[in-house]
Amino acid sequence: MWQALYENLEQTVAAILFGIGFTILLLQRNMIRKIIGLNIMSTATYLFLASMGFIEGRKAPIVMDGVTDAAAYINPIPAGLVLTGIVVSVSFTGIMLALTVRLYRRYRTLDIDQIALLAKGEDLP
Amino acid sequence: MTLARNFPFFSILLCLVGSVLTSVLKPKAARALTVIISGVVLVLSAFTLRYALAMDAAEPFMMGHFPAPWGNELRIGRLEALMATGISGVLFVTLLAGFYHMPAFVSDKKLGLYCIMVDLALGAILVMLYTNDLFTAYVFIEIMTIASCALVIVRQNGHTLVAATRYMIMNLLASGLVLLGISMLYGITGHLLMEPLGRSVRQIYETGQYMEPLTVVIALITAGLAIKSAMFPFHAWAPDTYAFAPPMSSAILSGLIGKAYIFLLIKFIFRVIGLDIIVASHIDSILFACGVTGMIIGSVMAISQRDIRRMVAYSSVSQIGYIYMGLGMGTEVGVAAALFQMLAHAAAKSLLFLSTNELTSVSGDRKRFHYLHGAGYRNPVAGVVFTVGAMSLVGIPFTGGFVAKLYLATAGMPLGGWVRALVLVALAVSTLLNAVYYLHTVVSIYRRAPAEIDYPPSHRVPRHAAAALLISMLMTVYLGIGSGPIMRVIESGLKMFA
Repeated sequence: MWQALYENLEQTVAAILFGIGFTILLLQRNMIRKIIGLNIMSTATYLFLASMGFIEGRKAPIVMDGVTDAAAYINPIPAGLVLTGIVVSVSFTGIMLALTVRLYRRYRTLDIDQIALLAKGEDLP
Repeated sequence: MTLARNFPFFSILLCLVGSVLTSVLKPKAARALTVIISGVVLVLSAFTLRYALAMDAAEPFMMGHFPAPWGNELRIGRLEALMATGISGVLFVTLLAGFYHMPAFVSDKKLGLYCIMVDLALGAILVMLYTNDLFTAYVFIEIMTIASCALVIVRQNGHTLVAATRYMIMNLLASGLVLLGISMLYGITGHLLMEPLGRSVRQIYETGQYMEPLTVVIALITAGLAIKSAMFPFHAWAPDTYAFAPPMSSAILSGLIGKAYIFLLIKFIFRVIGLDIIVASHIDSILFACGVTGMIIGSVMAISQRDIRRMVAYSSVSQIGYIYMGLGMGTEVGVAAALFQMLAHAAAKSLLFLSTNELTSVSGDRKRFHYLHGAGYRNPVAGVVFTVGAMSLVGIPFTGGFVAKLYLATAGMPLGGWVRALVLVALAVSTLLNAVYYLHTVVSIYRRAPAEIDYPPSHRVPRHAAAALLISMLMTVYLGIGSGPIMRVIESGLKMFA
């Protein structure tokens, strides 16, 4: 089993990183740390995808010197998926940061539990 | 009529282009455009349904110039067309009935932005219904997440802000799980389109190699979609979100957006993995257990609420439990019953949220039951509509909810000994609990108003809003009376899935 984990080192690392990011996003109380966790989590998935598309000894799938044989290049689809994923995670980071700014302006703290307590004390409009 | 096979693509494109257009329009025009778009999508979906009813097998629809194993595809089938018609119909009446009280929750400047998000959400729902490609589904899951978060956050107060943040965090966790699941699935199969995926998964299952990764993939994607659709142990975000968002957003979120995630899960179960492999992996038993627990716990929590909005929100948790119970039975009849319950709940829940808002607004925006006494007389239309919606969720005959429960119970009959008993007992207990809180509410809105509370002068409900509420009420009743043809479409559509 250890042998298999070592042979797929990138995937193993990606899975561990995903776990770390997921836990931070779920359990940390500080909003900024949550956002960092979100980014660790999504980056781990990109590592996973990119390492899966990589084939030892082949080049990036950009036709430069007229070689059109598919056997010369690595699989381009995971790279496309990673690019899409990056766009998604950038927009999510943006939205979460905007939410955080709004929460901070209103409650002067970044601690989500404390914010929830403060909000509970407010009267319903 | 071959033009109709382009209609799913047209309606998706219309939503996306419409959302761009609304961003430059004045709020009033944006509002009108959004309503028109949902109406046009309804008509297009109805034509697609007619087209789908005439065909023998589901048709793929190529997007772009690359053929099947590489390119992107939509897929037109009966079930997809039926759900699209149902969802866009409910959205259309929701918008008609709900838009006029949006100014109470949203500043005029934000209303245009709100319309963008409604269009995007409809587009994302349609893509998730029709797409044949797992990664496209992922991208639109994310678009839907952003749109739905914006639908909540548009109301500017502390409660909404906190609820939206919680909602966002849970959704992000779920998206991460789904993305990792799709990546791993791509890793072991090398495909993203559902047909080749299904074939490879079948091969993997038969050779027995890679079974552990496959189980992990099933667990990851199911968990992700279950969190997003507020299945029981992951429902914590739902009641706050539904209770503090503007009522129209709650109707869209609970009635429609949650259903799109569940529909995607059904597609994943049937077309990517295969029902027998899911049953062999025992994930369906977990869904069943969560569904049954959710049915009971959601209702118990709803009884303990003192605020009508929160009560309706908690009843969503219990109704989603019914759907997951049907899914978890692991039989085609069970899934068909779950699909009918999805339609019945979508219709009933959106009208409950909207009529609840009418009832509270004639009671001075107070949501405690005590203040709601007599609200059914102060706004007769909302009172009747609320009563019918409540009756549907309780399961009184001649409403959609009753038929859904009947189908669920029938689907439970062929199951083994204690599972059958569990289905029937859970349905009975949950129906009883539903009756406790919904009938209590109906009684309290028709009670004589106490003299010491002064209510605001009653405002007139615009004619189109009242008409839309009544139409959505008729939809619920129609689901109860005309359920036979709908169920036949669902069953034949499920056969086309495989």
